Amino acid sequence: MVGSGAGGPRSLPREEFPAFFEALRAEGYSIVGPTVRDGAIVYDRLEGVDDLPIGWTDRQEAGRYRLERRGDRALFGYSVGPFTWKKFLFPARERLFTISRDGPSFSVAPEPTDPTRFALLGMRACELAGLDVTDRVFQGGPVVDPGYSARRSRILRVAVQCGQAGGTCFCVSMGTGPGVRDGADLVLTEILEPGPHRFLFEARTGAGTSVLARLKTAVAPVADERTAGEIVARTASSMGRALETEGVRDLLRETLSHPRWDDVARRCLSCTNCTMVCPTCFCSTQEEVPDLTGATVERWRRWDSCFNLGFTELHGTAVRKSGLSRYRQWLTHKLGTWHDQFGTSGCIGCGRCITWCPVGIDLTAEIAALRVPPVSVTKEAPR
Amino acid sequence: MLADPSPSGASGDPEPPPLAPIPYVVRSVTTETPDTVTLTIRPSATRRIATPRPGQFNMLYAFGVGESAISVSRASLEGELVHTVRRVGKVTNALSAVTPGDTVGVRGPYGRGWPIAEARGGDVVVIAGGLGLPPLRPAIYAILSQRESFGRVEVIYGARSPKDLVYYDEIQTWRRRTDVRFQTTVDAAGRDWYGDVGVVTTRLPDARFDPPKTTAFVCGPEIMMTLSAKALADRGVPRDRIWVSMERNMKCAVGLCGHCQFGPSFVCRDGPVLRFSALEPFLSVKEV
Repeated sequence: MVGSGAGGPRSLPREEFPAFFEALRAEGYSIVGPTVRDGAIVYDRLEGVDDLPIGWTDRQEAGRYRLERRGDRALFGYSVGPFTWKKFLFPARERLFTISRDGPSFSVAPEPTDPTRFALLGMRACELAGLDVTDRVFQGGPVVDPGYSARRSRILRVAVQCGQAGGTCFCVSMGTGPGVRDGADLVLTEILEPGPHRFLFEARTGAGTSVLARLKTAVAPVADERTAGEIVARTASSMGRALETEGVRDLLRETLSHPRWDDVARRCLSCTNCTMVCPTCFCSTQEEVPDLTGATVERWRRWDSCFNLGFTELHGTAVRKSGLSRYRQWLTHKLGTWHDQFGTSGCIGCGRCITWCPVGIDLTAEIAALRVPPVSVTKEAPR
Repeated sequence: MLADPSPSGASGDPEPPPLAPIPYVVRSVTTETPDTVTLTIRPSATRRIATPRPGQFNMLYAFGVGESAISVSRASLEGELVHTVRRVGKVTNALSAVTPGDTVGVRGPYGRGWPIAEARGGDVVVIAGGLGLPPLRPAIYAILSQRESFGRVEVIYGARSPKDLVYYDEIQTWRRRTDVRFQTTVDAAGRDWYGDVGVVTTRLPDARFDPPKTTAFVCGPEIMMTLSAKALADRGVPRDRIWVSMERNMKCAVGLCGHCQFGPSFVCRDGPVLRFSALEPFLSVKEV
């Protein structure tokens, strides 16, 4: 771990937080972070502190998400919303290259790289773990995704430790939070009380130190470090969900014919919501988009989902026709075969798939149900 | 804009996007069956893909239409490639409609092919069903080119009907060889067919090989591969020496798009040729 350079944690009063935005801009970053839109806290470009969800929080349950007013003016007093940082590194739609007719042949023009450097403000501990997962997917080889890699090299990861757990959160089970361990350039903890509203800043990399050096911060009192620890501990003790991860990889390999899959298939709508809100789902498809003359074709990549019927189309018919097989593929991949492929779980315990499932399917409950051996139906002899 | 005239990696130009197709010119088109053609193509400039190994595949591209994963059925050191394509969708329809002089795109080669070196010193059984023969053809040639490295070599090729047999002339040449036994069978035939009738597994009892020292390469429809692999295992061929070539929907072919997953495998990257011992638990479950 790289020290903060300035020698340990620093403290910044809430009133000085606009200066943090200025420092990020001065370092050349465009700031993206949480903001309220359409009844949810989403991640988008931020102009200033006023764009943050000041005084808002989210209440989440399976299939339910509501914004509510807090009794205070917290800037980061929510858990996670429907958006993920993934969209800034792996956009939902991306032009890969352009192909033009060239006499009888064709030529390929690469897509110019976007030089924007994003500061991702408000990354949660689980989301940093999600970034590590997508790094393995897109940069683990043998072929590195050039677009992801280029954008990834230009981000600044500004983490904010969670001051509260959402109703569908289970990062403690997945070992990904709520305290930020590594993977961030800057780690912030918002302290609302006791004392004045303030932030504890910790630089973890050279890039983080450079930003911090532009701010007029004070050495953080030892008591603030202790308070930050208490905030994280309180969040950890109020997780909305828990997932038993012990042996889950083997469990999923051995229960492919478990009757629970029929049960969940009766509820699942194959709507793809869980895959769209997941910070690690990476499936995509490619589309050829010709211009009107047919002389030039753009190759686009867009998010796809293993819940789509056409996802496994082979010789005009889908391999996974049933909703059962598609839900099973998603869950066995996320929590099981992901380990075989990338050396980690594909789940980071953020709970988005539970919250944003229109019928409230809860993967923690599905795993618990799969742990119960199926009851073999035998007819009892009449008494 | 002109195509980059220098071999890949040798110029100061920025590296082309990894998923960009390279133009190849169609040299010949051979009709194999009513819905299948064989394309022979060669690089239109100096840029070309690396020489594929037996069992690998390429992504073939039809301008303005899209890409399809097609196994390599022959590759020359001069860069010429042979692909056999069946019309089943939009892309393969466009690829089947080309004529000599047309340009198609190629990227590859992808995946892990037949582990021919591992088969050395023992007997080899090759079982092909329908369009399973094209990806096995380079393996058959590789084995025949170093024939003395192997024990007995048995090839069983089956198709739905006589008109569905591909590489017909080549099969006649192979059948005349005395150092390889080549059996052909069809599921159903009319009176003009003098050969065997029945699915490929019905020819297996006639095949001569020493099961514990045999390596098997199997390619064809999934159900045919499963039944063939089970029949081989029943004869005593070790399950981890039975290799099958899987087929799944592919968009990227490099493990990034997620489409081709089969259990823990990315068929594009870990396969398409995989050990039956690793696949069996998943082949026995519907719609994995």
